Amino acid sequence: MDIKLKKELMTVATNIRKSIIVGTYNAKSGHPGGSLSISDLLAYLYFVEMNVDAKNPKCEDRDRLVLSKGHAAPALYGVLAEKGFFPKEDIATLRKSDSYLQGHPNMTSVPGVDMSTGSLGQGISAACGMALGSKINGDKFRVYTILGDGELQEGQVWEAAMFAAAKKLDTLVAVVDNNNLQIDGTVEEVNSPYPIDEKFAAFGWNVINIDGHDFDEIEAAFEKARQTKGKPTAIIAKTVKGKGVSFMENQVGWHGTAPKGEEYEQAIKELDEFLANI
Amino acid sequence: MADIIKTATRDAYGKALVELGDKYSNIRVLDADLAAATKTGMFKKAHPDKFYDCGIAESNMMGIAAGLSTAGFVVFASSFAMFAAGRAFEQVRNTICYPHLNVKIGATHAGISVGEDGASHQCCEDIALMRSIPNMTIINPADDIEAHAAVFAAYEMNGPCYMRFGRLAVPRLFDENYKFEIGKGVYLKEGTDVTIIATGLLVGPALEAAEALNNEGISAAVINMATIKPIDRDIIVDAANKTGCIVTAEEHNIIGGLGSAVAEVVCETKPVPVVRLGVNDEFGKSGPALELLDIFGLNAKGVIEKAKAAISLK
Repeated sequence: MDIKLKKELMTVATNIRKSIIVGTYNAKSGHPGGSLSISDLLAYLYFVEMNVDAKNPKCEDRDRLVLSKGHAAPALYGVLAEKGFFPKEDIATLRKSDSYLQGHPNMTSVPGVDMSTGSLGQGISAACGMALGSKINGDKFRVYTILGDGELQEGQVWEAAMFAAAKKLDTLVAVVDNNNLQIDGTVEEVNSPYPIDEKFAAFGWNVINIDGHDFDEIEAAFEKARQTKGKPTAIIAKTVKGKGVSFMENQVGWHGTAPKGEEYEQAIKELDEFLANI
Repeated sequence: MADIIKTATRDAYGKALVELGDKYSNIRVLDADLAAATKTGMFKKAHPDKFYDCGIAESNMMGIAAGLSTAGFVVFASSFAMFAAGRAFEQVRNTICYPHLNVKIGATHAGISVGEDGASHQCCEDIALMRSIPNMTIINPADDIEAHAAVFAAYEMNGPCYMRFGRLAVPRLFDENYKFEIGKGVYLKEGTDVTIIATGLLVGPALEAAEALNNEGISAAVINMATIKPIDRDIIVDAANKTGCIVTAEEHNIIGGLGSAVAEVVCETKPVPVVRLGVNDEFGKSGPALELLDIFGLNAKGVIEKAKAAISLK
């Protein structure tokens, strides 16, 4: 990847991470860990891969993103704000009773949100429905969905996986945020979904394994997905839960806990330092 | 009376879908491996390019319907009531109703009259489940004419709609001139002593009961309440004012269905006795449909007993 673009994406991703910290800190609740782990992926999707227009968020031909792991809403709101769908200062209203920024994505209140999600396992089905709609209209747009690795424990994911392959939904890309942690522990401890790649392959998907924080690998994966015809693509992205904030990285406790006082200041300081060194 | 036409409301569903497909290009129909039984098979045959079988995966089907609707289609998702409202309840709530998407659920094989398949397939809880979800409209037609009209009305409205159809062939009550409107109850008979508010398969027995009561000198009004949600509050208040007591009749658990909906309105507006006829919070069982309806008291005799009970409470 071009170094200028890479630096731009690193900046966007770090700004998303800052907004995750600002949002959850002000809300005194929310899910920073699994939001931080998908920030690089969202930066690439919204700033390179997807055809979207902040001025026309409901445009019929736009590409869609369904955040099936809806608890990572702070990351989605972060990238949408970076892209100009709504003012960045609104991030501080996350989860407040007078805010449109609901705890989990709500397509009827948040500009740029393509599907209301939050209950795990359901988003991928809606994404399949959108991809079917795209196919009926001659592959009019592409559909992206991001799932958690713990989310793969929901049976509905595999109902959808079967459907997508059976109906040859090749405009569909499912990204698995494989940060290896869920609320009760590591995914292996709780109920192992591994091997994730082989499972999707067995369901008839085109499967690509990548480092979910490496923009070169992210770019190559989405390009390969675009070239794949006749089957949907699953990108299994190895990620670090809490990525970018040292004390949150790989810590299960930061799944659904907001940073307080000094933690907030420390996190912002680290992210600002990272920004300064890009 | 030898020439009474008997048709299952599910047949009217299939027929209406075919006509909608002839008329509109943006309709899509989904099923979950029950196309022959839900009668979407008729649509599949007429419009194969607009039909998708999702296989035995109702939860996923509801999500597919939701996603497809966001791409500009009016989607009818079909299965048995048990699976559409039961198994897929949360998908209907979170992925269809919460975002207020334009998905219509065609739920067939509702109630005890499923017959021989027994309790596992006899859903008497669907109205209660669907009624508790914000944004949902619920229609429970009484005969094939009303079912046909309901499908067209569902297409024309914007937002989620749950249509409840039966497996059993039921007598035709209305003629081709019948005008159906979502949210409107209709007086089928005026009366002064008691009002019977019936829905779906119990509308026929309610009319029979009113005639029998009349022969005993009891004047019973009959209201057909096809739309369970939004419930027609005005006609319920009118009935309470006019007759001073009400009987509800439905092929559904007495908890959470039409009886509950009517009682809620009556309590808050014009408190009068309300006696509910329905399935008494128990599971069904196997047997021929008509036999089962008699066993569970879902017939004219049952309505008559409840009507007398309601009058005695005045």
